[in-house]
Amino acid sequence: MATKKKTDQPAISFGLDSFGDIPRGADGKLLSHAAAIRQVIDEAVLADKLGVDAIALGEHHREDFAISSPEMVLAAIASKTKNIKLASGVTVLSSDDPVRVFERFATLDAVSNGRAQVILGRGSFTESFPLFGYDLRDYEILFEEKIELFAELLKEKPVTWSGTKRASLDKADVYPKTESGHLETFVGVGGSPQSVIRAAKYGFPLVLAIIGGAPERFAPYVDLYKHAAQEFGTSSDMIGMHSPGFIADTDEEAVKIAWPAHKTNFDRIGRTRGWPPLTREHFDYEVANGSLYIGSPETVARKIAKSIKALGVNRFDLVYGGGPMPASARLHMVELYGTKVIPRVRELLAEQGSSASK
Amino acid sequence: MPANKTLAILGAGKLGVVLTQLALRAGYTVYIAGSGSADKIALSIKVLTPGAIATTAEDAITHADIVILALPLGKYRTIPADKLRGKLVIDAMNYWWEVDGRDSEFADPVTSSSEIVRDYLVGARVVKALSHMGYHHLLDESRPAGTPGRKAIAIAGDNDTDNQTVATLVDDLGFDPVIIGPLARGKILEPAHELFGAHIDKTSLLKIATENEDNPTK
Repeated sequence: MATKKKTDQPAISFGLDSFGDIPRGADGKLLSHAAAIRQVIDEAVLADKLGVDAIALGEHHREDFAISSPEMVLAAIASKTKNIKLASGVTVLSSDDPVRVFERFATLDAVSNGRAQVILGRGSFTESFPLFGYDLRDYEILFEEKIELFAELLKEKPVTWSGTKRASLDKADVYPKTESGHLETFVGVGGSPQSVIRAAKYGFPLVLAIIGGAPERFAPYVDLYKHAAQEFGTSSDMIGMHSPGFIADTDEEAVKIAWPAHKTNFDRIGRTRGWPPLTREHFDYEVANGSLYIGSPETVARKIAKSIKALGVNRFDLVYGGGPMPASARLHMVELYGTKVIPRVRELLAEQGSSASK
Repeated sequence: MPANKTLAILGAGKLGVVLTQLALRAGYTVYIAGSGSADKIALSIKVLTPGAIATTAEDAITHADIVILALPLGKYRTIPADKLRGKLVIDAMNYWWEVDGRDSEFADPVTSSSEIVRDYLVGARVVKALSHMGYHHLLDESRPAGTPGRKAIAIAGDNDTDNQTVATLVDDLGFDPVIIGPLARGKILEPAHELFGAHIDKTSLLKIATENEDNPTK
C-alpha cells in the first residue's frame, strides 16, 4: 500500500484570511489602498502575538480589494512576526507563472524562516486573465498545465517540462531552494469534483472554500478527496476549510457591523455577475444555518466546532473583514478570535472527544 | 419503470452533481455524463452520487426520458444534437459574461440563451428550468410537497404537456413548480434579470413573474 500513514493526526490549526478589503477609518471614510494594506499587517502582527496559526491573503485585481500581491504583504508580516504561517489564499495559478510563484514563495519561506504556504487555486474572480494576457476560455487547461509544472518545481530539482500554454523547460533549476526542501503547498477548491480529485492526484492538502449554504453538504467532497488519495497513493491527512465571518462582543453587535458591510460587498460583486441584491432574510439564514460565522465569540466558536466535527477537517480559516467595516472593529475581531474563539473551539472539540479523523 | 423516471444529466460539475443527488433521493434513475469518457467522472459519481450511472452523453441520452443540460453554456455546441431529436430537454444553463464574454452570441438583450440552445437542438423539446436558483440553495432548500415556505422553481416552455412533465419533476426534486410561460419568457430567469437567483416561494415568484409580464426583456 503506497498510502502514507502518519502515526497521529495533525493538530487542528486556525487561520485568518483577508483579501485586503478596504476598511473605514474613525471618521467613517474608506481608507486608502495603502492604509488598508498596513491595516492587514497590523492585524497579522496581533494575530501572531495571540497564537493564531496562519494568516492567508488572497489576490484580487479590483478596486474593492487592496491586495493584489499577497506575498509582498506576507513578507512585510514575516519581518514583524515570529510563528504565524504566511499563506496566500489563493494564488491564482492560471494567470500567474509557476516558476515565478515558486521563486516568490521560496523567497518568502527564506525571510520567514520556513513559514511560507502557497494555496493554489483557480480563483472565482476573472479580472486577472485579461490583465495578464490570458484567455478565459483556457481556464481549465491553464490550471491543469500549471499545477503539473508547479508540482515538478516543488521537488526542487532541475525540471524538464513541456505544455501548450507556457514555454518548455529543459533541466531548469529554480532558486532559491528552501531550507526544508519542501515549500508547503495546498490547493483551494470551491466545490468542483474534478478540482478535488486533482488535488489528491498531486498529493496536495485540500482547502475547501465554503462560502454559502450548509457546511455539511461538503462532507461528500471530503470523502471524495480521501477516496481519490487512496487511489493515487497520496496522503489525505490535511484537509482545511475556509469560510467568512465576523466576531464582536455580542451577537447583536456582530450582526450590526457585519450586515451592512457584507451586503455592500455581496451586492457590488453581484452587480458584475448578475446576482440579485442580498436580502436580510438570506443573510440571516446564512448566519443561522449556512456559512457565515457571525456573532459573539461563543456563537462563532460553537459554529466552527460543529463544522470541524461535521467535515473532519483539521484546519479552519475565517475570512474576516468582508466589506467596508470600521478598522477598529476588525482589529477587535482579531483579538476575540485569538483570545476567545480559538481556545473555546479547542475546548468544545475536546469535550466532544473529537479527533480530526472521521 | 414508470414514465419519465429516467434522467440524463449532461454535466458533472457542481450543478450536475446537486441535481443528481436530488433526483436519486426522489427515486429517479440517473445517467450522468461529463465532457469526456465515463471513467473521468466515475470516482466523483461513485462517492458524491452513489447510485447514479456514469457514462457518456450519447449513452445517457439513449436511456433517458428527460435530459437535463447542466454543462457550461459556452460548451453547448458539444451537445450531441442529433441524439436529442424528439427528446424532452431541460436547459439549466446560464450565460456568465465573465467567462463567455460580453461579445458572445448570448449577450443579445432580447433573445434568451435557451432559445439559442433550442435553435441548435433541432427537433428537441426544450424547456428552461432549474437555472435560476444557485446549486447550494437547490440542495439546502429541497422540501417535500406541502412544506410551508417551500421554495419555487420557474419553468418556461412552449409546449403545455412538456411543461407539465417538467413541473412533476421539479415537484419531485423538492420545489413548487411555477410555469411562467413560453420559452422566450425565460429571459426573466437569466443573470441580471428579475428572477435570477430567486430562492423564494411560489407566491413571491408568481408575483414577480406577473409584474414583469409586459416587459420580459427589461
